[in-house]
Amino acid sequence: MDDVLLEIRNLSKVYEGKDVHVKALSDVSLTVNRGETIGIVGESGCGKTTLGRCVVRGIEATGGEVLFHTEEDGIVDFLKIKGAQLKKYRKDIQMIFQDPYTSLDPRMTVFDIISEPLRYNTNFSNREIEQAVDKIVEQVGLNKAFLRRYPHAFSGGQRQRIGIARSLILQPKLIVCDEAVSALDVSIQAQIINLLEDLQREYNLTYLFISHALSVVRHISDRVMVMYLGRMVEFGKTDDLFKQPLHPYTKALLSAVPQPDPDIAIDRIILEGEVPNPANPPSGCHFHPRCIYASDRCRREIPPLENKDGRLIACWNV
Amino acid sequence: MSEEVKKSSKTAAHSDEKKSEKYYYASQWALMGRKFRRHKLAMGSTFVLLIFYLTAIFGNFIAPQGTEQYDGKFVNCAPTPVHYFHEGKFVGPFVYAMKTERDPVTFMAHHVEDKEKVCRIKFFTEGDPGGEYKWFGLFPSNIHLFEAEEGGKIFLFGTDNMGRDLFSRVILGAQISLFIPVVGMLLTLVLGLFIGSLAGYFGGWVDTVIQRAIEVVRSFPQVPLWMALSAAIPKTMKPAQVFMLMTIILSLVSWPGLARVVRSKFISVKKEDFIMAARISGAPASKLITRHMIPSFLSYIIVDMTMSIPSLIIGETTLSFLGLGLRSPATSWGVLLQETNKLETIMFYNWKLIPMIFVFLSVLAFNFTGDGLRDAADPYK
Repeated sequence: MDDVLLEIRNLSKVYEGKDVHVKALSDVSLTVNRGETIGIVGESGCGKTTLGRCVVRGIEATGGEVLFHTEEDGIVDFLKIKGAQLKKYRKDIQMIFQDPYTSLDPRMTVFDIISEPLRYNTNFSNREIEQAVDKIVEQVGLNKAFLRRYPHAFSGGQRQRIGIARSLILQPKLIVCDEAVSALDVSIQAQIINLLEDLQREYNLTYLFISHALSVVRHISDRVMVMYLGRMVEFGKTDDLFKQPLHPYTKALLSAVPQPDPDIAIDRIILEGEVPNPANPPSGCHFHPRCIYASDRCRREIPPLENKDGRLIACWNV
Repeated sequence: MSEEVKKSSKTAAHSDEKKSEKYYYASQWALMGRKFRRHKLAMGSTFVLLIFYLTAIFGNFIAPQGTEQYDGKFVNCAPTPVHYFHEGKFVGPFVYAMKTERDPVTFMAHHVEDKEKVCRIKFFTEGDPGGEYKWFGLFPSNIHLFEAEEGGKIFLFGTDNMGRDLFSRVILGAQISLFIPVVGMLLTLVLGLFIGSLAGYFGGWVDTVIQRAIEVVRSFPQVPLWMALSAAIPKTMKPAQVFMLMTIILSLVSWPGLARVVRSKFISVKKEDFIMAARISGAPASKLITRHMIPSFLSYIIVDMTMSIPSLIIGETTLSFLGLGLRSPATSWGVLLQETNKLETIMFYNWKLIPMIFVFLSVLAFNFTGDGLRDAADPYK
């Protein structure tokens, strides 16, 4: 049996406007095992980031549960806990941000940024804090001599390392990587991904790896979830999903990945139209206006997520 | 030769490295200070303000007369010229003694220099009785910066219709006119920061209530409101109490503007990634506000406050000019200007308009300083 760390159940986020409801996330359920990496892919605006932020409680979800399997208290709903309990478990779920330029407070030195979580969550003395920071800084590959500098003195890749150090210093169990490498150069991306993999091995970390870069997701993930307009449309093991995508949307998405070999013929599936407005989603299957296989049923009814050979898929035509 | 070139380029590279090293370790405030120092006009204005404030702080020492002193023999006396040469000989700074003459046609009294009597200017001397003061309200003293020798009188800016030295009154008035705005601004800052933070951080109905309250306060016309409030100050109050009440009145009218700025800054900074990052790492609301949110826009608030001081200076001057603020013998620039609202002042005694120059200069200096601060705080420049 798998060692479950986190169960996300029917997580929803609705943004209420004056006369619009935007369902950024509707009924996403996902079980995350300890030590694995789950890739979350989809177009811009499909709800990936909202999902990540709801899980870490950066924003408050409007429905659903995030069940966190703990050793001491059994299963707790991370979205509902308060006060001392929240303080106790908040440090287990951390996040790496997409933009290394806006996620570091420009008015604090790097040392203060990295040590800040320790000040809120531990009773460490200044000496202990210094030791912890030194250790983590070395691990993420930053120069200790630079700790008294301000973020403006660093490049994008270095800043992302600072962000990683900050999220790691509390020794969390789960890290949500929200487009953690998207803002970086390709060469730096590779360094950061290797670093994330090394850290995962060392601390048995679990990642929710949110990205639109399919090749990166394929490289790092054990399982991949594909989202479209706030819903999960397909979920499966990385190899299976990339080799044989079942959902028409996944097929279209994967056909957009460039192949390094020019002789390989790619059957590009070009999606017609635009991503629909989430405030006013299409009836039935949200994907049907752009789907080449769409039938009458697709227009009427929302397809449920079904298990097909260990693969979760929401499509009437599979 | 080439060796030398190498050496010099090496030292140049070294100093460059040192420079960039300093830049890396510079906080936002240090970077802001560096930009500010390059702004010549703002630096000059800051210097002017510094001189004004220092003069005001040591006012009782620098001013030859106290607020309650007057000399009935020298009413409406023109500014006394300071001379250095007597009959072609250098004697150092001195004034001639004064004698009073009457115009044979109009019978108006004139004070003219008696070119016979030389009265040297003495420095750090014991003043006339009545000029006693206390250093910072603690140590009694009657030492003044300068005074003319026995028989001579020195009125750098002339005297008013009671024979009070205008130079002394300008300096002592600065103690009120320059400090009311600062104290008022601090009070405004506390009120605006607190109320604006509440509205911006909590949002929802708290925000709505505060917004409506701000609109109500702002919809009152400013000058009549000042007038109404200060008319309520009892006439028998001591100058110090009037001073306090006036600062409170001025800041009660000016906090809504700041509260709005703070609120909008809060709303925009609330969405920043680094705020979410701090929240995820477990920062309590109080720490979020004081360690991350307020520092992120404090520079803008300071700029805003600097720019708002001139309106407070004008406010105090206006109130006193209208006779609703301080009253003689207590003095402020507004009180001094009030005494000039007569045609004869402009015709015969135009030196009495000198306090206006100081109002003008200090308002201008604050505006330029604020300009410089704004440019320095702007990260896109």
